[in-house]
Amino acid sequence: MNYIGKSNLRVDAYGKVTGKAKYTADLAPKDSLIAKVLHSTIANGEVISMDVSAAKKVPGVVGVFTCFDVPDVEFPTAGHPWSTDPKHQDIADKKLLNQRVRFYGDDIAAVVAENDVAASQALKLIKVEYKEYPVHTDARSMLNDKDAMALHPNWRKDNVIAHTSFKSSDDFDYDKAKLKAIEEYGEENLIEVVKNVKTPRISHCHIELPVSYAYVDSNGKVTVVASTQLPHICRRVVAQALNIPWGKVRVIKPYIGGGFGNKQDMLYEPLNAWLSVKCGGKPVILEIPREDTMIGTRTRHPMDGDVRGLATKDGKLLCRELKNYSTNGGYAAHGHSITAKCAGIFQNLYKNPLGVNSEAWTVWTNAPTSAAMRAYGVPQAVSFAETLTDDICFKGGFDPLKFRLDNLCDENLVAGGVKFYTYGLKKCLEIGAEKIDWYKKREAYKNQIGPIRKGVGICSFIYQTAVAPIALETASVRMILNQDGSMQLSLGATEIGQGADTVFTQIAAESTGISPDKVYVISTQDTDVTPFDTGAYGSRQTYVTGNAIKECGLLLKKKICEYALLMEDEDGIKGKKLEDLDVSDNYVIDKNTMEKLIPLDKLSTTAFYSFTHNQHITAEKTTDITTNTFASGCTFVDLEVDMPLGIINIKDIISVHDSGTIINPALATAQVHGGMSMSLGYGMSEELILDPVTGKAYNNNMLDYKIPTAMDSPDFKVEFVVMKDPTGGYGNKALGEPPTVAPAVAVRNAVLNATGIGFNEFPLTAERLVHEFKAKGLI
Amino acid sequence: MSKKIITLHVNGKDREVMIDERESLYETLRNELNLTSVKKGCEVGECGACSVLLNGRCVDSCIYLTMWAVGKDIVTVEGLRDEENDDITDVQKEFIKEAAVQCGFCTPGFILKAVEIVGHNKPYTRDEIKKLITGNLCRCTGYMNIVTAIEHAIKHNMDKLGVPYEVMPSTTSFDVPEDEKDKMLESLLAMQNNDVTKI
Repeated sequence: MNYIGKSNLRVDAYGKVTGKAKYTADLAPKDSLIAKVLHSTIANGEVISMDVSAAKKVPGVVGVFTCFDVPDVEFPTAGHPWSTDPKHQDIADKKLLNQRVRFYGDDIAAVVAENDVAASQALKLIKVEYKEYPVHTDARSMLNDKDAMALHPNWRKDNVIAHTSFKSSDDFDYDKAKLKAIEEYGEENLIEVVKNVKTPRISHCHIELPVSYAYVDSNGKVTVVASTQLPHICRRVVAQALNIPWGKVRVIKPYIGGGFGNKQDMLYEPLNAWLSVKCGGKPVILEIPREDTMIGTRTRHPMDGDVRGLATKDGKLLCRELKNYSTNGGYAAHGHSITAKCAGIFQNLYKNPLGVNSEAWTVWTNAPTSAAMRAYGVPQAVSFAETLTDDICFKGGFDPLKFRLDNLCDENLVAGGVKFYTYGLKKCLEIGAEKIDWYKKREAYKNQIGPIRKGVGICSFIYQTAVAPIALETASVRMILNQDGSMQLSLGATEIGQGADTVFTQIAAESTGISPDKVYVISTQDTDVTPFDTGAYGSRQTYVTGNAIKECGLLLKKKICEYALLMEDEDGIKGKKLEDLDVSDNYVIDKNTMEKLIPLDKLSTTAFYSFTHNQHITAEKTTDITTNTFASGCTFVDLEVDMPLGIINIKDIISVHDSGTIINPALATAQVHGGMSMSLGYGMSEELILDPVTGKAYNNNMLDYKIPTAMDSPDFKVEFVVMKDPTGGYGNKALGEPPTVAPAVAVRNAVLNATGIGFNEFPLTAERLVHEFKAKGLI
Repeated sequence: MSKKIITLHVNGKDREVMIDERESLYETLRNELNLTSVKKGCEVGECGACSVLLNGRCVDSCIYLTMWAVGKDIVTVEGLRDEENDDITDVQKEFIKEAAVQCGFCTPGFILKAVEIVGHNKPYTRDEIKKLITGNLCRCTGYMNIVTAIEHAIKHNMDKLGVPYEVMPSTTSFDVPEDEKDKMLESLLAMQNNDVTKI
């Protein structure tokens, strides 16, 4: 390996530190019209009428468009690959603007104006008359109300988007398994934990707001420049929403300032495109303010799960159950897939010798729409599974590390077509335990008294690397050899901050033999030019697109070698066969002797300008991946709890990842840091809170909604267990999302170790801690 | 609307601009002067993405009226340059070397804050650095590499001043030696436009 496993600096870093890197809003034409969206001030009901006369009179207003003006087309917003099977298509339940209001903040009208001030003033002058219906902001209250009105009666009368039950066997029943266990072991030899766990509604908080601008180009093409994770899917959804042919839409994606799954949904791109069409195709920019972003785009699903688990007194886990109610909000977006993924991970993280039931309901409610967020239901899955484990250990007096080593899933796990082609989970636990000095600290932290107490905790996880076989995994790559032996690399996969362009460059260099400094990756995707890829989500790109780059690179290299054989006048070429040649460090070489034969710049120039063998050397490859391999890992944390103040001080925190070969260790480490930080937000400070009566958000701004600041962030430690996975292009497995899974629950479990209190509602805010410590008479 | 022509001193030059008296410095810098490194993340002074240097101190330009900036020295990332070496600044180099950049949207704000911090000529600890940058939010990095980059930039400055200063040793077994990072940076900079324009 020449370029894989090296910590290359980011290919886009220079542009980003000098301010030269351009993001969507930086590129909008100066004469763009400004669009703004009016949001509903009720959470459930209908818009009966709207008076826009005053708004239209504001000088500078170009148009006011309401829910009564939009096409009668409901479209799906999820960033999933389209399915040609209608049964597997995403739920189409949203219009561009909605007369039927399903949550507080629903989009009901839009203003387009010549300037920002006029648009804002006009928005305030729109008068809305509503008819209101009762509000249910969470899944359980919606289901408990048998008279609850259906939010999407065309789809389901009971507001349940889907209900699934993943069982170890069709006839598994937790209570029967328990009876069997009592028979076998005796009731006195069993430990059972029964509880409820709640996870928070989380806002993605990418620092760049959702933004796009749209225009109709001189050929009549509806063009949207957007901060999206998936330009090709965006193109399809815009076309569906406007009910126009897909080829009539062009989507361009420049640099994006973070997405984390929020920009895996089509948020406002379809509306933006429609507004431009309605304004004669003039450029219209639509940037969503932070406050509206936090309620009107997407959130991580708040989940509410009843959990049970049974183990023997000597530490053998027997059976488990999860009944999970997932609040999906007003629109289906990703439908049931996130809650289903959560259910699958809960089911499979442990061996369940007597069986397991993981049941899930995803429910439409009068709340902001929940959809994809980094790690897609798995943080919630471990919030259920890994708090259950530690509660069982606490009750049974088991060491949580040993219990995991004994009971976690092993290398034989096969689940839904996904398996461990390489298995590093237990090795991760061993490394983490050693780094944190687990056994010594568990011993030292026994029998503490006083207001400040110390604890260590663990959380482990498994994670599917891609989305196959549930969804299509496909990627296309195009390579063009330039006249000087450098290369253009064009892909539909996107750089969204994670470092994709840099690792793509490394993979392209490794597979072609062209050095990374001569690989020009085209960072901007343009659906008119860029080959197809479904985009950045599911930790898939380095795995799926990486495979496509590798195959494309090998094809390009073969073509280069074939051309070299035509250059008979070059020393050492005559008599060579294709199998003798390779490309390394920008030379065609004899791979038997490693002798350099032809420099690539000479070969390329010859190919372009030869009268006898004129050839433009290019390669294009589409690969679809049907394999899917489990990544895994864990987090260990050592902390202090200041009980009277309810403050958690993290002293040491380490995440260990089993992600196969690490293509770029420095960028991988940086990505783990970011995931750990995001998880600590989920675990300790972040929660978008709604008023249960009105459905209005209390804290939809970055002052009252607390993402970690630098002061809240400890220095993170990161390690990798490197094993070359046979299915990854260069042995790599998922790493984009997994770091966001475990830290929150490791903190919770360390607090249990420190104080004896197992918190079951995230985040562990000072308020929750103090309240609970007081209730238990500890302070 | 009362429009007014004023002169701002931006990135070392006097710039005449016509503004609305009510507009923010953020709006003027982006819309009138096309300084697009000044980013919008919240518009209410919560996130720090729109930070600019005013007389060497970072302010959130989204909640600072353009009128107030008249007569002050305004610096955005576009105006940062190590004039002595005709190169990007140490802060920018360290952000590249320490992988402190991911999506890059908060980066200009952090870099300007770091320039201010380094300019204090004080041997700040990591905890002090964290406190100083707490007005800038980042969702990608977890701040760790940003703090490290600033530490390293302070180290360069302390070396120049002859003040002893230790940076935190790496916490991962995958770390790359400093001289190797320097070499990579050198080749990265060699690829950039500004070196092409020197031809």
